Amino acid sequence: MQLQLRYFARLRERFGRDGESITLPAGIESVAGLVTHLAARGDAWAEELAGEKVFRVALDQELVDFSAPLHDGAEVAIFPPVTGG
Amino acid sequence: MNSPTFPIARIAIAVQAGDFDLQAESLALRAGDRGVGAVVAFVGLVRDLNLADDVVALELEHYPGMTEKALQQIAEQAAQRWPLHAVRVVHRVGKLHPGDNIVLVLVASAHRHAAFEANAFIMDYLKTRAPFWKKEWTPDGPRWVEARESDESAAARWHQVLSEQYGNPDHD
Repeated sequence: MQLQLRYFARLRERFGRDGESITLPAGIESVAGLVTHLAARGDAWAEELAGEKVFRVALDQELVDFSAPLHDGAEVAIFPPVTGG
Repeated sequence: MNSPTFPIARIAIAVQAGDFDLQAESLALRAGDRGVGAVVAFVGLVRDLNLADDVVALELEHYPGMTEKALQQIAEQAAQRWPLHAVRVVHRVGKLHPGDNIVLVLVASAHRHAAFEANAFIMDYLKTRAPFWKKEWTPDGPRWVEARESDESAAARWHQVLSEQYGNPDHD
């Protein structure tokens, strides 16, 4: 499954990129699975995605729970809790 | 849905670097609509003080595409819950300075109660659902603003209010 990932604000800076295209290994089918997959990269990825830090996920530009199923070609954004207004 | 159905409100959303003019926006919102009896305006500003440091500038990042959709959805939800004539949301992005406008929410309705409540609802949801992030520039360098728990509880409060009002818990 191919995904377009996007990162914003603190996470964009910590990961050193604003996005990437990735091909997920077979068997990863939910947002939770994707997050675990990314956290396994270690360093900033583990600190931000596998620790105490709070973050949000948007699937195709809608906020979703970690149980949300992924689909091929999806746009998945990971970012800190929002602070606008 | 047990919620009442209201006439479709006019909704206009803008995400922009430039400033907005409260008076011009207010006049435009009610132009040609003699049924409007109340316009409630909220204007958010850049403070010079946050957590005891001097803020010299504020940088607002957003998620182009999702931002506009999220603001549109928030305005539509407000228009489903209160009898509104029009909603206007303008949110600025980029670098801003103390005293600058950040956000404008205008709500027009026949009566004040709907306009007051819908305006507060839109701001509470905007602060927890619209993908904007603030970075403060202080004499010690830049720092991302942390989300506040009180913003989450302010938005959550509307679920309770609405379920009491309509006996219909809201799951969005």
